[in-house]
Amino acid sequence: MSSEALTSTGYIRHHLQNLTCGLQDGHFHCAHSADEAKAMGFWALNVDTLGVSLLLGLVFLYFFSRVAKSAAQGVPGGLQNFVEWVIEFIDSSVRGSFTGRSALVAPLALTIFVWIFLMNLMDLIPIDYIPFVTEQMGLSHFKVVPSTDPNATIGMAIGVFFLVIFYSIKIKGLGGFVGELTLQPFGKFGLPVNLFLEGVNLIAKPVSLALRLFGNMYAGEMIFILIALLPFYLQWTLSLPWAIFHILIVTLQAFIFMTLTIVYLDMAHQEHH
Amino acid sequence: MNINATLLGQTIMFAMFVWFCMKFVWPPIIAALDARKKLIADGLAAGERGKHDLELAAKRSAEVLREAKEKAAEIISQGDKRASEIVEEAKAKAEVEAGNIRARANSEIEQEVFRAREQLRTQVSAIALAGAGKILSREIDAKAHNELLEKLVAEI
Repeated sequence: MSSEALTSTGYIRHHLQNLTCGLQDGHFHCAHSADEAKAMGFWALNVDTLGVSLLLGLVFLYFFSRVAKSAAQGVPGGLQNFVEWVIEFIDSSVRGSFTGRSALVAPLALTIFVWIFLMNLMDLIPIDYIPFVTEQMGLSHFKVVPSTDPNATIGMAIGVFFLVIFYSIKIKGLGGFVGELTLQPFGKFGLPVNLFLEGVNLIAKPVSLALRLFGNMYAGEMIFILIALLPFYLQWTLSLPWAIFHILIVTLQAFIFMTLTIVYLDMAHQEHH
Repeated sequence: MNINATLLGQTIMFAMFVWFCMKFVWPPIIAALDARKKLIADGLAAGERGKHDLELAAKRSAEVLREAKEKAAEIISQGDKRASEIVEEAKAKAEVEAGNIRARANSEIEQEVFRAREQLRTQVSAIALAGAGKILSREIDAKAHNELLEKLVAEI
């Protein structure tokens, strides 16, 4: 381990640092400390976040598309049963919250739910396993849970935000969308106040999506790190209950992100005056 | 924990996953689910129809059975009537036949009686002739009186 891992503070800081790689002083390399990562500025990549989330996304799409390819109306087998169960759950959620008709919303909800669920699920892997393995491979840092990296959650929230704006303009027209932002709730004479209120309302959507997921997962991860500071024979007394409780949070956060996305898109599809 | 280009990478990755899911995952599975829903609904409807058909068939079979019973009873009564008719006919025929037989027997008996009487008459005349011959053998020549005797026989 690197020298900063010898103290408790160092251990915590080490676990909270992504594997950030980028250009520095003209050549591409990976940061060995938080300061170095910060110095790389915006044009750097958290390779661990990208890699793990890509892998999990591919796992999700692999299994679901395998079922989709062989989907038959006959008696379903084990994997098909599971996939159909998930799909029906998403489908009923979308039907419950989304009143319009859209070919996008349901697959979007499915992707969000399963992908975030898998990313959150990485939190249940014992905290030192994968960093230990990657350290043997020569990587100084490795954060396994992509949803504890604000880049991942903000990235998804931006995607949802674009869709909200896109559908608002598509359904209501540009004028309708701008009108919605400026002409209510106080009519055209209160335009600046309207714009401020509705603007906050609009911006709050992606921010709340991203920060809620990030905050929950980050806090959960932090507690696992703190538990890992206990002597090894005592860790299970806390990590086991927390992990069991965390199963709930993992699912709940994925569900909340999905449901809010559906609701936001539903609002984008509705004309209200 | 700093914001960097990972953000963009995640957004792009997210968009691609959603696109793939929308294109290749969601529609076929939903189609299969809908198809199965329809299959099950059809199956249930067919079952219901089958049950209804069965009820109808049971009702019809009961009706057919009742009709058959009625017909059988009718046939039996007809048969009984016919049988008694045949018996009556046979009785009448037998009576006629019996009458015939009796008549034939009566005529035979009459013939027999007549024949026996003829025989008896011949024999009686012979005996009488013999008796008379014996009495008159001394006085009368048989030849002379034969004509008279034969007249007598014919008279008897």
